[in-house]
Amino acid sequence: MDSFARHERPADAQAAVIRPRAGRLDALGLSVRLSWRQLRADRARLATAVAGVMFACVLVFMQLGFKGALFDSATNLLNSMRSDLFLMHPMTEASFRPEHIPRARAFQALADADVARAVPIYMAQASMRNPETGKRRMVQVIGLDVTANAVQFEGLAPLAPALTRPDTFAFDRRSRPEFGPVDEMFQRHGPFQVQLGTKMLELVGLVDIGPSFGADGNAVMNELNFRRIFSRQASQTDLVALRLRPGADIPTVQQRLRTLLPDDVLVLTHQELVAAERAYWENGTPIGFIFVFGSIMGLVVGMVIVYQILFADVAGHLSEYATLKAMGYSNAYLSGVVLGAAVILAVVGFIPGLVTSLLLYDVVAKGTFLPLHMPLDRALGVFSLIFGMCFVAGLLAMRKLRDANPADMF
Amino acid sequence: MDQPLELSNITFSYGDGELRRAVLKDVSLSVAPGEIVILTGPSGSGKTTLLTLIGALRGMQEGSCLVLGQEMRGASEAARVALRRRIGFIFQNHNLLGFLSARQNVAMSLELHGGMNDADRLKRAGEMLAAVGLAEHADKRPAQLSGGQRQRVAVARALVAEPGLVLADEPTAALDRASGQEVVRLLSDLARRRGTPILLVTHDPRILDIADRIVAMEDGRIIDTSAASSPASH
Ligand SMILES: Nc1ncnc2c1ncn2[C@@H]1O[C@H](COP(=O)(O)OP(=O)(O)OP(=O)(O)O)[C@@H](O)[C@H]1O
Ligand SMILES: [Mg+2]
Repeated sequence: MDSFARHERPADAQAAVIRPRAGRLDALGLSVRLSWRQLRADRARLATAVAGVMFACVLVFMQLGFKGALFDSATNLLNSMRSDLFLMHPMTEASFRPEHIPRARAFQALADADVARAVPIYMAQASMRNPETGKRRMVQVIGLDVTANAVQFEGLAPLAPALTRPDTFAFDRRSRPEFGPVDEMFQRHGPFQVQLGTKMLELVGLVDIGPSFGADGNAVMNELNFRRIFSRQASQTDLVALRLRPGADIPTVQQRLRTLLPDDVLVLTHQELVAAERAYWENGTPIGFIFVFGSIMGLVVGMVIVYQILFADVAGHLSEYATLKAMGYSNAYLSGVVLGAAVILAVVGFIPGLVTSLLLYDVVAKGTFLPLHMPLDRALGVFSLIFGMCFVAGLLAMRKLRDANPADMF
Repeated sequence: MDQPLELSNITFSYGDGELRRAVLKDVSLSVAPGEIVILTGPSGSGKTTLLTLIGALRGMQEGSCLVLGQEMRGASEAARVALRRRIGFIFQNHNLLGFLSARQNVAMSLELHGGMNDADRLKRAGEMLAAVGLAEHADKRPAQLSGGQRQRVAVARALVAEPGLVLADEPTAALDRASGQEVVRLLSDLARRRGTPILLVTHDPRILDIADRIVAMEDGRIIDTSAASSPASH
């Protein structure tokens, strides 16, 4: 032993080295840094992975955007019926197919001191003849007391005097173009005759409502005209709009009306009315599923791309990973490196994905008039989805780490 | 002072049932502090297997293996991972991380140990690289280095965290004669200066002279232990 010309290591140096392990937070930072360095090293691969995440991101945003816009437009009619509270039959699923409620409920509601006006609304679908081509198409007809001013469709108030004349109606200028250039013709020539159902009626003005899923266009007329044309009994109405006295608390009145009225009517706020209609289209039809399916496909494709990239990173560097294990890096630490890479890809891919989607929303909104907007909860929701997608891809790729066996290194 | 390495009656087999075959039979060996031991023997004699047991890379079966005071027989995975941090490994291939510079690769050894910040780690890694003669190449990627230089980086990585024991398995096998010699000399010089014991497996007769002791294996047994002809006294 004396023949070894060696220096004793200072005792404290040894102590410093043997200190068990770096703090957990430290270790997390270091493993994420390692993930980033590895990702950054291969620019082409990083670009592919980011493009994959971006693709998934844009696809999901567009699907959700279209879905939101479509369901928004599905409820155009009810959305534009602004009033404080509504009475509706509990079995009514969608506004284009209402169950009748007794008109008496409107008068019963008036018994509440805070209810100022109660206006029955009648609804029916009828065919309307295109004044230019003569082709017929279904239109949603809304009949109500236009002078009561309980439901304010945009543009309706000034038309009220004209609409009280027999055999007149107002047409929705945002109806689909299949009804003909009604707007243009009215602007040019003023009122003209249009066939609605079996009758010739005078079109006396235009309102703003917008087409819904249930109807391509809307026509509004006075209650009396409606009942005559559709031979509807006054006692059977479809919806009742309630106006409250100024200052009345809507939820309180809603509660009182619920106890006051028999349970053949629901008492809904405007928001609840729109939500019920929207829920019908979202849940009661396969339309929502189509968009969910599209989103899932985007996420699956994104996940496969991210998984491929992460897997290749591990598989291509098995001996390096095994060496790290031999050096004393734990399985958990190295799993953290792979998951770290996945999380980095989620963040780095989401940001350009969000920006691209915003640009596309703009383009689509301008081109199709479908109102696409990006509510915060949608942005956060999609981020969670993308995060989850990358996380799962990371978990799958992580399994390959088991093949890095340090015992095979020598 | 305890022996850094004390093996007694190690027996180890691969395979199960019919295929079970003992590759280590009743192996006993100890390495003294600061001692450099070379393990030789024909191919298949069990040298690598022995090294993987000592390095806590494989679970023990029979016998006792005390490494740096820690019994490996029945040790938990966590205990084995912890022990590996106190051992410097040098493999036949350098296995440096291609996306890190030489300095960052060496610093990876230090990241496992607390009490140092990033700047300290890189500084210490740089010093270690200077000690293996790579001061100018510290910021190059492995791909920009020659084979001998890469293996010197691996030596620096194995030694930088002041391991209690260095295990090397044919570290010169992938190198040409001259650079192989150089790497092994560097390794033994640095280890001697720090008093770090080395257990090195080699077939290369030209590097036997760095050893204090040469242990020969055959068919899973130690057949001969001899003091080296010229114990190095650099
Ligand atoms: N993972 C394994 N599974 C099964 N048998 C193995 C395994 N590794 C090695 N062996 C067998 O164990 C015996 C000893 O192998 P080992 O690698 O320890 O020899 P060695 O002395 O290092 O040989 P070499 O000089 O060729 O590297 C050999 O017969 C080999 O075939
Ligand atoms: Mg071997």
